[in-house]
Amino acid sequence: METVVLTLDQVEVNSEGYLKNVNDWSPELAREIAAKENIQLTEKHFEVLNWLRTKQAEGVQLSIRKIGNSGIVDIKQFYALFPGGPLKVSSKIAGIPKPASCI
Amino acid sequence: MQDVLERPVTQVAEVPENKDKGKLKKVLIICSKGKLEDVYAALVMANGALMEGLEAKMFFTFFGLEAITKKNADHLHTATVGNPAFMPSMPTIVAGLPGFEAFASYMMQKEMDKLDMPHVTEFIQMIEAGGGEIYACKLAAEMFHLKKEDLLDEVKGIITVGDMYALAEGEGTQIIFI
Repeated sequence: METVVLTLDQVEVNSEGYLKNVNDWSPELAREIAAKENIQLTEKHFEVLNWLRTKQAEGVQLSIRKIGNSGIVDIKQFYALFPGGPLKVSSKIAGIPKPASCI
Repeated sequence: MQDVLERPVTQVAEVPENKDKGKLKKVLIICSKGKLEDVYAALVMANGALMEGLEAKMFFTFFGLEAITKKNADHLHTATVGNPAFMPSMPTIVAGLPGFEAFASYMMQKEMDKLDMPHVTEFIQMIEAGGGEIYACKLAAEMFHLKKEDLLDEVKGIITVGDMYALAEGEGTQIIFI
């Protein structure tokens, strides 16, 4: 089966730029979304993105605290990797819905 | 309608975009109370601001100082007396029995743990890690005989009311008083 990598103008996003379908996501697409947020993705970014996608698929309600306890990054690093609202920005790049978390 | 009820409101509501100049950039949260629920309100709002990419400064004064002392930060209580919203059917005389307030506070903290809410010291560490700044009020610290070493390591300084207002400088700042 051939895998088609979609670009940002081929996928559906909501008014805030979050992917409507998590399965449209690909690392290439992530780079494209990240560029719009002025972030150049590194290995560390992808580790976080993959963790977020896994947890989201498991139905975990994501929070800054959980990411801090993930063992991948601490909270300070998380803020540094995704400036300007880390949980929202990283979720957008990870292609998962906007998190509805207060903590 | 069914669809709306099944999902949390936050995922349904479209957040209005504020494109004009009135954009919120910074919050200064003053916490003057030492009750568990008041302190948490301040911490949740400060942390929430950082999560939104805003700047957040916190200023603890009077009984709010309890929340940033090494000794008491993780042992705050909720008021069971003089708090009509707390178990309205509970007679005040019962709510005032020795140990009742400690028990109620313990139960409340347990409920918070279930929601994955961190304890006060961890919450303060999270806020600091997110770039938030935490200050203590000089006048209140003197009144309660508190020194820098009595306060949590994350406390950036003991400052005057004038210094506090300086923290709020700049366009797009809101001051929240608790």
